[in-house]
Amino acid sequence: MNKFDNMTYPDERGRFGEFGGRYVAETLMPPILELEQAYNEAKVDPAFIAELDDFLAHYVGRPSPLYFAERLTEHAGGAKIYFKRDELNHTGAHKINNCMGQILLARRMGKTRIIAETGAGQHGVATATVAARFGLKCIVYMGATDIVRQKPNVFRMRLLGAEVRAVHSGTATLKDAMNEALRDWVTNVGDTFYCIGTVAGPHPYPAMVRDFQAIIGREAKAQILDREGRLPDAAVACIGGGSNAMGLFHDFVPDASVRLIGVEAAGRGVDSGLHAASLTGGSPGVLHGNRTYLLQDEHGQIADAHSISAGLDYPGIGPEHAWLHDIGRAEYVSATDEEALHWFQECARLEGILPALEPSHAIPRTVDLAKELGKDGLIIMNMCGRGDKDVFTIAEALGEDIAAGTDGENTKAY
Amino acid sequence: MTQRLNATFSKTSTVFVAYIMGGDPDRVASQRVMNALPAYGVDIIELGIPFTDPMADGPVIEEAGIRARKSGTTLKTILDMAADFRRTNSDTPIILMGYFNPIHQMGEAEFAKAAHKAGVDGAIIVDLPPEEDAPLRKAFEPHDLALIRLATPTTDAARLPDVVRGTKGFVYYVSMTGVTGTALSGDGSGDISAQVAAVRKASGLPVVVGFGVKTPERAAQIGTIADGVVVGTAIVKALHEQGEEEALALVKSLADGAHSA
Repeated sequence: MNKFDNMTYPDERGRFGEFGGRYVAETLMPPILELEQAYNEAKVDPAFIAELDDFLAHYVGRPSPLYFAERLTEHAGGAKIYFKRDELNHTGAHKINNCMGQILLARRMGKTRIIAETGAGQHGVATATVAARFGLKCIVYMGATDIVRQKPNVFRMRLLGAEVRAVHSGTATLKDAMNEALRDWVTNVGDTFYCIGTVAGPHPYPAMVRDFQAIIGREAKAQILDREGRLPDAAVACIGGGSNAMGLFHDFVPDASVRLIGVEAAGRGVDSGLHAASLTGGSPGVLHGNRTYLLQDEHGQIADAHSISAGLDYPGIGPEHAWLHDIGRAEYVSATDEEALHWFQECARLEGILPALEPSHAIPRTVDLAKELGKDGLIIMNMCGRGDKDVFTIAEALGEDIAAGTDGENTKAY
Repeated sequence: MTQRLNATFSKTSTVFVAYIMGGDPDRVASQRVMNALPAYGVDIIELGIPFTDPMADGPVIEEAGIRARKSGTTLKTILDMAADFRRTNSDTPIILMGYFNPIHQMGEAEFAKAAHKAGVDGAIIVDLPPEEDAPLRKAFEPHDLALIRLATPTTDAARLPDVVRGTKGFVYYVSMTGVTGTALSGDGSGDISAQVAAVRKASGLPVVVGFGVKTPERAAQIGTIADGVVVGTAIVKALHEQGEEEALALVKSLADGAHSA
């Protein structure tokens, strides 16, 4: 069986139930249709699949391990917790799975200029990396606010030869970077490939990005069957746009016994109004090419998202998640900034793993679930990114000044 | 009403269309400008609906939208502006221009009813391609509102018939790939006569050309090949930077340029 065959959704109009679609300016419709056709051809082409598999194995470093987080499991005192170690991929996050696929597709289409939006910078770094590997020009749009809080990634992108363009409009975060990338694409449609980093945007992006990320769940399923001889009781992942979660969930969707749990960023609390939990605190609307759940006011203006994690700081969510939510196949919960910070530190101390702030949101709900399921339970959590990029943000939140730390005073805590 | 649009195109050889952002910088000033436009040669008014994420607009229109939203402008305000305008003007068509989400939140049917009641003649919804506009088109039908489609340089011959099918009023030809205001930094003087002719032939409707028109000379040049000329960014920029009087003088010169064709 071809590995891209296991999807029934979306339909030919790019719909997951009432979500998804192609809400873009007419200028972008022809390139989107061209992309859809190219992707449909590539995904069944054995040569394309073989090339992608080869790069995933030898360049990205797949399969990523499935690791039994023994001390976190003991700490939680319930179900066995496994981490799917996608933070061990080249560039430090799951994002490169998708970039590898899209950029191989871009080459196949003869595109020479790659553009991307980025929030935490992980997708930007992954795009810049793969673009460098193939000698393609790369421009990454990043909100000015995010540039400040994810400095290490900005520098990495520049080292990789990408041009990082600061976006100052709106909230100067991920959504504004996406607006700016769409503006670039509408201006440079001929030679440009827009490499979207999450399972959102106009069709075929939500399905295509999911397909490229679905390797996470396929591997995890085979690995857990090998290790434990059975399917897990739950698969848990953090959600901004939702690509790592969709990647983990996709292969488990038909397995009704596996609970699929997405953890949104609750910022300072869903009731505070300062959060990024589109499903928990939003309503359906149209933004960035798709109909999905959005944070918005009653007049249809998009509300600002808030999260300590730049990668989750987005007022929407992929349309397939909106659909899985509405049909009740997946559950969506949330975790606050404070919980993420706490569990970041716990994970570092218990497991010797610095998780990115994004998956740090998934840990508290995984721990709750472990307690709920008890000793016989089995959980896979997607450790979708590593926390090196976040050390400045975390130091600031903990009241420590590591940027200026040359006088000894600032380092003695370590 | 399509009748009002048809009458406008039949009495003027080159129609001059002016875009302003509704509520920029506030309702009162924006209303004053809107009401004045016909006296300065404007044949059709495009009234922008502010939106937080204007993905097809350049910085000038985006900032106008931010000012409008800051002063409390919503879709309801825009409809009120149209109704206010209609109290003293029954000839100049009003086309609302914006993004889909504010309309989607109001509800397509509710919006169509309110727009008709306010004396609006049609709408251009930037992020609603033919593939997605059926619900709004259906809602518009009983109220005789025109859902104006956009054709662009990327709309090829194979796609053009789908783009113009079922549209009425006129077709908006976007003369360049890019966001609004792109050509303010370039010359925007390319030859688009073949494309305009193709769109007119495929649709059987008047074709107005927008994006990249900023001078009376270019307006006159476009006027020789198209049925209408749209200017947006240049007017919005003048309103913000130079004030109403100067901006209206610019409107007059652009209208004269278009009408000279």
